[in-house]
Amino acid sequence: MPEPLHTLLPRLRAICGEDGVITDTARRRTYESDGITYHAALPGVVVLPTSTAQVAAVLGLCAEHGVPFVPRGAGTGLSAGALPHTEGVLVVTSRMRSILEIDIANERAVVQPGVANLDITRAAAPHGYYYAPDPSSQQVCSVGGNIAENSGGAHCLKYGFTVNHVLGLEVVTPAGEVVRLGGKAADAPGYDLLGAFIGSEGTLGVATEITVRLMRAPQKVRTLLAAFETMDAGGAAVSAIIAAGVLPAAVEMMDALSIEAAEAAVACGYPSGAGAVLIVELDGPAADVDAQFEEVAALCRAEGAFEIRTASDAAERARIWKGRKSAFAAVGRISPAYIVQDGVVPRTALPEVLRRIAELSAESGIRVANVFHAGDGNLHPLVLFDDAEPGAPERAAEVSGAILDLCIEHGGSITGEHGVGVDKACHMPEMFTPADLETMDLFRGAFDPAGIANPEKLLPTPRLCGERPGVRKGVHPLVERGAAEQF
Amino acid sequence: MREATTTTLSERLGAGGAAVREGTAADSVHGRVPRLVAAPPDTAAAAALLAAAHHHRLASVARGNGTAIGWGAPPLRCDLVVDTTALTGIEHAAGDLVVRAGAGTPLAELREHLARAGQRLTLDPLVPGGTVGGAVATGLSGPRRMAHGPLRDLVIGMTVVRADGVAASSGGRVVKNVAGYDLGKLHTGALGTLGLITSVTFRLHPVPPALRLVSAEAPDAAVLQEWTARVLRSAAVPAAVELRWPAGGPPRLEVLLEGSEGGIDARAAEVAALLTAPETADTPPPGWGALPGADRDTLLKITAPVANAAQAARDVRAAARAEHTEAAVGGSAGAGVLYAAVPAAADPAAVAGVVARARDALAGAGGSVTVARTAPGLAGADLDRWGPVGGLGLMRAVKDRFDPHRLLSPGRGPGGI
Ligand SMILES: Cc1cc2nc3c(=O)[nH]c(=O)nc-3n(C[C@H](O)[C@H](O)[C@H](O)COP(=O)(O)OP(=O)(O)OC[C@H]3O[C@@H](n4cnc5c(N)ncnc54)[C@H](O)[C@@H]3O)c2cc1C
Ligand SMILES: Cc1cc2nc3c(=O)[nH]c(=O)nc-3n(C[C@H](O)[C@H](O)[C@H](O)COP(=O)(O)OP(=O)(O)OC[C@H]3O[C@@H](n4cnc5c(N)ncnc54)[C@H](O)[C@@H]3O)c2cc1C
Repeated sequence: MPEPLHTLLPRLRAICGEDGVITDTARRRTYESDGITYHAALPGVVVLPTSTAQVAAVLGLCAEHGVPFVPRGAGTGLSAGALPHTEGVLVVTSRMRSILEIDIANERAVVQPGVANLDITRAAAPHGYYYAPDPSSQQVCSVGGNIAENSGGAHCLKYGFTVNHVLGLEVVTPAGEVVRLGGKAADAPGYDLLGAFIGSEGTLGVATEITVRLMRAPQKVRTLLAAFETMDAGGAAVSAIIAAGVLPAAVEMMDALSIEAAEAAVACGYPSGAGAVLIVELDGPAADVDAQFEEVAALCRAEGAFEIRTASDAAERARIWKGRKSAFAAVGRISPAYIVQDGVVPRTALPEVLRRIAELSAESGIRVANVFHAGDGNLHPLVLFDDAEPGAPERAAEVSGAILDLCIEHGGSITGEHGVGVDKACHMPEMFTPADLETMDLFRGAFDPAGIANPEKLLPTPRLCGERPGVRKGVHPLVERGAAEQF
Repeated sequence: MREATTTTLSERLGAGGAAVREGTAADSVHGRVPRLVAAPPDTAAAAALLAAAHHHRLASVARGNGTAIGWGAPPLRCDLVVDTTALTGIEHAAGDLVVRAGAGTPLAELREHLARAGQRLTLDPLVPGGTVGGAVATGLSGPRRMAHGPLRDLVIGMTVVRADGVAASSGGRVVKNVAGYDLGKLHTGALGTLGLITSVTFRLHPVPPALRLVSAEAPDAAVLQEWTARVLRSAAVPAAVELRWPAGGPPRLEVLLEGSEGGIDARAAEVAALLTAPETADTPPPGWGALPGADRDTLLKITAPVANAAQAARDVRAAARAEHTEAAVGGSAGAGVLYAAVPAAADPAAVAGVVARARDALAGAGGSVTVARTAPGLAGADLDRWGPVGGLGLMRAVKDRFDPHRLLSPGRGPGGI
């Protein structure tokens, strides 16, 4: 263990208790990576605080000694955002798991950061309420991790992301100070630091208490599955639905390969011979849902759906969702290894981008299964490869990177929900100019002037990315032209 | 400020393409007449303009159409007004339900443009004449925030010129995007103290085919609160739940429903059944959702947890009475965000008293009372406009990084930032 950390140990134990500090190598190893295991590092020390005061004391200590810290929730992240720092403190929220309040009158819940996403809905459901953001990892991922990643899910199209559902945060800053942003009321006075903290990937501090909005459970939910011969036909149906002014709760799409994988894994019984399957879910007042449901079915038929299945009770809905929900795990059965990519394109560019992905796949011999949030153009291509085959991992990584390039080319984003972390930091200069990145860094510096909060995540650093053309060196162009001064 | 003649300054400020002229009394901001007014035609010109202003340490105030230029505290300095009205342009990606608009684009023009495609930016046209940049910089949201969130939730990308003249973007052109910090949130409602917004990308919604407004007069605040709770707990999913409480009359609750023709009447009936003596209309009345009071009144913004909204309205009215004045209240009972108008004639001490009393009354519930706009006679009054602001230290740190020389609307922001 590095020397500076070693001297901190007694004080960390005094703060978090003997059992709240992990130094044993084998136990530290369990925290080596998050959901993408190919980025791994042994944390210097792991702490398991139980309260805001403990988090504040730990971060205060880190600040005092210039020791880096990395927050970690459930470790399900898919961008290596919680990748530990070998000479730093990994602050794990798994002991901060209390639901502090379910306040139905104000439609709010107040929770600790380690609470699992789905547990909020479980607590609110008896009152007829739920928590809307629903990442597929919702049974396990922590609300704190959701805040840090601004997580989304299948229902973002209508209900938005985490940022649209968080009203208040208690945050411990990298200086170890406890700050409250917002609360049960909307529109807290001053700058919207709350909004900017969400999605900050642990680089601005640790969220220790979270106030979220609860939503009234919809009166009616109806789900439809439509099978098409081609992805283009499915895509056209999505466009037709949106153009008709219908705002579905979810619009998900799967291609032939992901249907095959799901079939092999869970025998979901999707229509055979489908080149594309579309799942459309409508929710809201019963009368509205019924009226729009007929319209959606008609639009799918008009665009060439050869089979339509509808569900109106929970069991039927679950059957329709089964294949989609198991798709990620299912590809594990048809391929020894795979990369889950997360890129976004404007929805109208979907057909073109999917065609280009198919070409990339054909050229490289790397299979790509497409299962995605079609309503908001968020692709999750699963890049399949055999890690035992020499060169295959590299080719897969290349295809995966080329897909991101496609997204940027079409005006999209390098990530729709998984975040940048370490994994995509070096892609940031492809999407943002040096000035954009420098401005983001200015913002980061306001919270963390010493650079100890989750360092080397989110923004590209020369050490990580090498001398990339996009990363600025030397004098700023505006300064060189005499048009600005550097401060 | 470094010495330079007005002519030389004009030339330098305009070198990047901005049209520059001398300021007049009509350009004054809270009584401060700027030395110069400059209108850049695009982001590059705006960047060159602010870089030159930075070089000469000129303090600038951005201005769209000036409809809310009196909001916030008077700027401590105002050497240059940056007129955004030439920063126009609308790029509408209808199929993606996204639009990018120049900051100076009038909201009315944007609205017309989008309506032709059956779409809208889900904002309410409350104050006529606003621009995209002005609306975002003031960050106010009208009644329909219930349905699709406040204005900040509709912003998906933004280009801003920093105090030092560097243009930078965040977000993008797709709704779903978590690459990098969402700095658009920071500039929304910042009253131009962190940067000059040059263009904004918004997510759009289809215009719903059907609309109903169900309203009823309530005998008192308790009933109003009870009705609000019932409506929120119903399955009707309102687009707006507004409270209207004029100074001289009883309170009203107004519930706006939007949706498909096939479902709307059933929903309206459901809401009507929750109220006493309800009236249902299929268009909102003229001026619906407008701010309470008159144009020149002092305007307070009040936020409260939703279960306290009506009580908060009552508290503010009581605070006004205790100061021998009155307050008309209106706003979103369903979101817990209200506005109260105190007559322009009220003296500074009375207004300060209303604010202090209202803050005391609301303190326990966890809301806020801020002075959004002062009556003309109160511009220089010694008022605590913001009250307690959570995270003020961090806000100052952000301002210091973005604008270390305090050149962008200095003094306007939270805590005098
Ligand atoms: C099978 C699977 C499906 C998934 N599906 C989705 C999906 O549909 N949508 C989606 O958006 N994501 C999805 N994810 C990704 C992941 O679950 C989310 O990003 C989730 O929000 C991470 O939460 P976590 O608690 O596991 O965070 P971690 O992985 O532990 O950490 C993630 C980031 O958050 C930071 N962090 C954690 N806690 C805090 C805190 N309290 N304060 C500040 N920063 C903190 C960490 O430093 C790190 O940068 C999926 C992952 C898996 C494995
Ligand atoms: C409760 C309430 C709700 C409202 N809701 C809506 C609504 O839903 N829809 C709607 O259309 N209007 C709404 N308005 C009106 C709107 O907020 C403003 O009145 C108007 O849009 C301001 O535009 P403007 O161009 O006149 O700005 P100005 O009055 O010129 O400027 C207002 C402020 O913004 C700053 N500013 C202006 N442009 C920029 C820029 N480009 N960059 C940085 N700072 C800038 C100015 O310095 C000033 O501080 C609402 C008003 C209120 C009070």
